[in-house]
Amino acid sequence: MNASLVKRTLAAVAAVGALATGMGAAQAEDVKAGFIYVGPIGDHGWSYRHDIGRQAIEAELGDAASTSYVESVPEGADAERVIRQMAQTGHNLIFTTSFGFMNPTEKVAKQFPNVKFEHATGYKRADNLSTYAARFYEGRYVAGVIAGKMTKSNIVGYVGSFPIPEVVRGINSFMLGAWSVNPDVQVKVVWANTWYDPGKEGDAAKALIDQGADIMVQHTDSPAPLQVAENRGVLGFGQASDMIKFAPKAQLTAIVDNWDKYYVSRAKAVMDGTWESQDTWGGIDSGMVELAPYTNMPDDVKALAEETEAKIASGEIHPFAGPIYDQAGELRIKEGEDATDEMLLGMDWYIKGIDAELPK
Amino acid sequence: MEWIVPFILTVITASTPLLLAASGELITEKSGVLNLGVEGMMLVGAIAGFAVTASSGSASLGILAAVAAGTLMSLIFAFLTLTLMANQVATGLALTIFGVGFSALVGSGFVGFAIDPLPALSIPGISAIPIIGPILFGQDFLVYLSIAAVIGIAWFLSKSRAGLILKAVGDSHHSAHAIGYSVIKIRYLATMFGGAMAGLGGAYLSLSYTPMWAENMTAGRGWIALALVVFATWRPGRLVAGAYMFGLISVMQLHAQGAGIHVPSQFMSMLPYLATVIVLVIISSDRAKIRLNAPACIGQAFRAAQ
Repeated sequence: MNASLVKRTLAAVAAVGALATGMGAAQAEDVKAGFIYVGPIGDHGWSYRHDIGRQAIEAELGDAASTSYVESVPEGADAERVIRQMAQTGHNLIFTTSFGFMNPTEKVAKQFPNVKFEHATGYKRADNLSTYAARFYEGRYVAGVIAGKMTKSNIVGYVGSFPIPEVVRGINSFMLGAWSVNPDVQVKVVWANTWYDPGKEGDAAKALIDQGADIMVQHTDSPAPLQVAENRGVLGFGQASDMIKFAPKAQLTAIVDNWDKYYVSRAKAVMDGTWESQDTWGGIDSGMVELAPYTNMPDDVKALAEETEAKIASGEIHPFAGPIYDQAGELRIKEGEDATDEMLLGMDWYIKGIDAELPK
Repeated sequence: MEWIVPFILTVITASTPLLLAASGELITEKSGVLNLGVEGMMLVGAIAGFAVTASSGSASLGILAAVAAGTLMSLIFAFLTLTLMANQVATGLALTIFGVGFSALVGSGFVGFAIDPLPALSIPGISAIPIIGPILFGQDFLVYLSIAAVIGIAWFLSKSRAGLILKAVGDSHHSAHAIGYSVIKIRYLATMFGGAMAGLGGAYLSLSYTPMWAENMTAGRGWIALALVVFATWRPGRLVAGAYMFGLISVMQLHAQGAGIHVPSQFMSMLPYLATVIVLVIISSDRAKIRLNAPACIGQAFRAAQ
């Protein structure tokens, strides 16, 4: 290839490029959304649910939107490389879907001011960087109400991952729900110290059932605890996605992450040019937190669960409505007040009445 | 005391996959081969067992597939280290990393599938005897197999001619070769046995322990099996004790938490590993005893003198 040919080719490419840009300005902007997942989409939990949201964008927006994803990205130096790669390959909307992607996302967002970034479960924002998360504790309150009605031994077994605010908040909310219908319920918590080890999660569930628990709740990612509940003939709740297949006789409901609406609305906002940096913490009312069909319970409990779900969505019930005391007896939330988001996000204390010690 | 029976049952299920994989590795190591790929072989066995059971509906076929898959994995290892004489440590590590990725690839279509767990033995009358019944006569097939395998291995190593030959190959491959034994062939067989048992250990996880497929579901149990072999100083009896002690401590820590015993849960999670280290120190302080049992040629490549 001689020099003049190279020049002519370059000129032609530039012309086409200019034409394309001109056309783009005249019409609404097309969305090219990129997703970065911390786990495999086959985890049947967290990353799987985000990918369902990605597919919703393609289904709703059709030809105007294209999406791509990278799965199993480790939270560390690799993440920054993957995010930058996405920004460089023409994506104009990038979702990074794990807390550990916060700093890399912030860094790349600074370098690409024209690309919109969305980071899940973090707290760092910028003009082109939004954050979003879901109020799963609202779903856990509903689960607590169901458990309070369904338990016969008055002992609930809770398999926790790590004693971080997200999980502690869930336990508190669950128990507030349970006590609202049955003040005699007690919870036994076993920390598996892992998000994901089916064998260990299952053993933890067995230990809890052996100690009298007849309701199994989990805040770990595999279906193993629910599966153990099924095999041992007790009841339980699914985590992150509907796990009814694993426990047709045991699952009462599942707290399902649903990102579809949010993802579609954000992609539309980019198309219309109305995208703005914001912080979203959506609950049942936003559709981000969903409860799987209520099964394996009598009709009156089902009706109560549906009513509770509706009341939380309408704001009539706030799971953390005062007065709420901590284990030391200190008043944390005053009568007539609800917990602030700041308090919820940093919750590292058990509410009064939980007969367990929080690992430090 | 009514918790004691379910507690023992949980300990048995937690110990069985370790025992299955470790007893295979014990034979492999006794022949002088160190295969660090146990974790990878277990994972491939787990997905093979699950995939075949889920698609055919037959757990027996699934178990056979797991054995075949584990054996095939070990054949890769054997070909590289015994025929091509690659470094055993590096090859073993590579086999594990390969197994993690390969099982995830094959398993991606099987996530979210549910199957029935392996049926437990049920002898009318006998399985219903309190305490002894459910513990001794209420397990699934693989639990009995794991115990039978260890008894068989103990007999094989101490009483059979073939076992003596195997030990000779592991202790001094040149002498064994000089007497006329085929060192490479024997090591191939021992490595394949290790792979088959690791495959069974994996199948126990995906068919009985937690009847599902999930990426990386062994969560380090292959490495524990490897440590157990050294922990047992290559003796089958101690291997059973070690595997059950490991299962006991890991289940006990979960029970203690549920019972509200306030020990930091991280410390409890660490306990089984701490116990392994302590026992290793105690055993290793008596060097003579270790030398008596350790295969002298472990990890060394064998090249027949020309």
